[in-house]
Amino acid sequence: MDKTISTPAEAVADIPDGAQVMIGGFGGSGAPIELIHALIDRFRATGSPKNITVINNNAGNGYIGIAAMIKAGMVKKMICSFPRSSNAEAFNEKFLAGEIELELVPQGTLAERIRAAGAGIPAFYTPTSFGTELAEGKPTEEFDGKMYVREGWLKADFALIKGQMGDTVGNMTYRMAGRNFNPLMAMAAAKTIAQVSELGEPGSIDPQQVITPGIFVDAIVEVAQPQQEEVLVRTGVVY
Amino acid sequence: MSDFNIMEDKLSNAQIAWRAAQDIEDGSYVNLGIGFPEMIAKFQPEGRDVTYHTENGVLGFGKAPAEGEEDWDLINAGKKAITLNPGASFFHHADSFSMVRGGHLDLAVLGAYQVAQNGDLANWRVGSKGVPAVGGAMDLVHGAKRVAVVTDHVTKDGGPKLVESCTFPLTGVGCVTRVYTSLAVIDIEGGKFILREKLPGLSMEALQAVTGATLHTEGDVLDLIVPQDL
Repeated sequence: MDKTISTPAEAVADIPDGAQVMIGGFGGSGAPIELIHALIDRFRATGSPKNITVINNNAGNGYIGIAAMIKAGMVKKMICSFPRSSNAEAFNEKFLAGEIELELVPQGTLAERIRAAGAGIPAFYTPTSFGTELAEGKPTEEFDGKMYVREGWLKADFALIKGQMGDTVGNMTYRMAGRNFNPLMAMAAAKTIAQVSELGEPGSIDPQQVITPGIFVDAIVEVAQPQQEEVLVRTGVVY
Repeated sequence: MSDFNIMEDKLSNAQIAWRAAQDIEDGSYVNLGIGFPEMIAKFQPEGRDVTYHTENGVLGFGKAPAEGEEDWDLINAGKKAITLNPGASFFHHADSFSMVRGGHLDLAVLGAYQVAQNGDLANWRVGSKGVPAVGGAMDLVHGAKRVAVVTDHVTKDGGPKLVESCTFPLTGVGCVTRVYTSLAVIDIEGGKFILREKLPGLSMEALQAVTGATLHTEGDVLDLIVPQDL
């Protein structure tokens, strides 16, 4: 079952207009920059995909990656926990102009909603946000004398994720804190597309070291020397 | 009356952080909020073995790397570069927040716009303008065995930050157990502020005057003594 795709462009070729897309990464670590940029290339060349809903912890930094998607005008809505980072002008401008929607989700709730979707759990209760404006309109219930808020699963049509090692059947490892949301998103999307720095044959990763088992990954592409989001932001790169 | 001047004689952020650090127990797992609370790690008392957690999936991180030595895949929740201590581990976000909500952390320390006498915390936005961002704040206030706040005692305009009830949007309800301020150390128990320590030159009346809810005492109020050269 060879899931290898030869280029990022081919890997993202079937993401349609209006898709809900999870994108891995937290701040500058673990973002699949080459997959995102391939999606932007396609939009620039064909006008598609547009009206994308992006799920990520943040809402892009600088002028690359998700920020460049937003700047290009392909993003209809962000679902995230922390859009107000230090270099988030692309999102801020569109948001304050009323040109992009925002669903703000506490970070742990965002992670658990994604995990729940991947695990087939439609809803769960969490103490997070009880009594706050982010819980307005949500069912609550008391367990062992404490109040909890019901949250629903969060699914996606596609997940774009980044790993360190991968094999052709989709097993993956991650590099340091670049793991973050990537393994959760891999589980929660109808189709998961991964980029990895080193792609090998089955058996090239010790099974004891596998973090995301291949069952969660649908397509895998090698990007041998991936760009690192924080480095791009710090060097002022504009995509 | 003493000639104590609240705006001039109050503790610096470093001194507040130092005081909070004295209460970090040996062997504890601790999350320090982004910004001011992060400073507490610098003042961790010698001989205490403390493991720091950061929301983006690292347990056991150490000091910041030297400039030029950063690896930007190795960052904390504030997106600053970090290093690892022996025994560190990486994990994904759902595991990270299981540590937070699941009662596995001993202590979380956060900043505040307002703290109410019932333990309500407001620290994520001050109004409806601008771009809202919550991050992990609403998660962090739940689950840690102790949730402490470090803050100036008053706002920049001198108004109280310790209040009867919060007027800014809440981060969490009834979650804070101790507040380290620029003037005092205050516990929250039974819906009341209990004064534990105050700066030695500061009278009870003067402290009460800059506090938005009644300060109660139980037994002695100790002098809040911190190093002057921080």
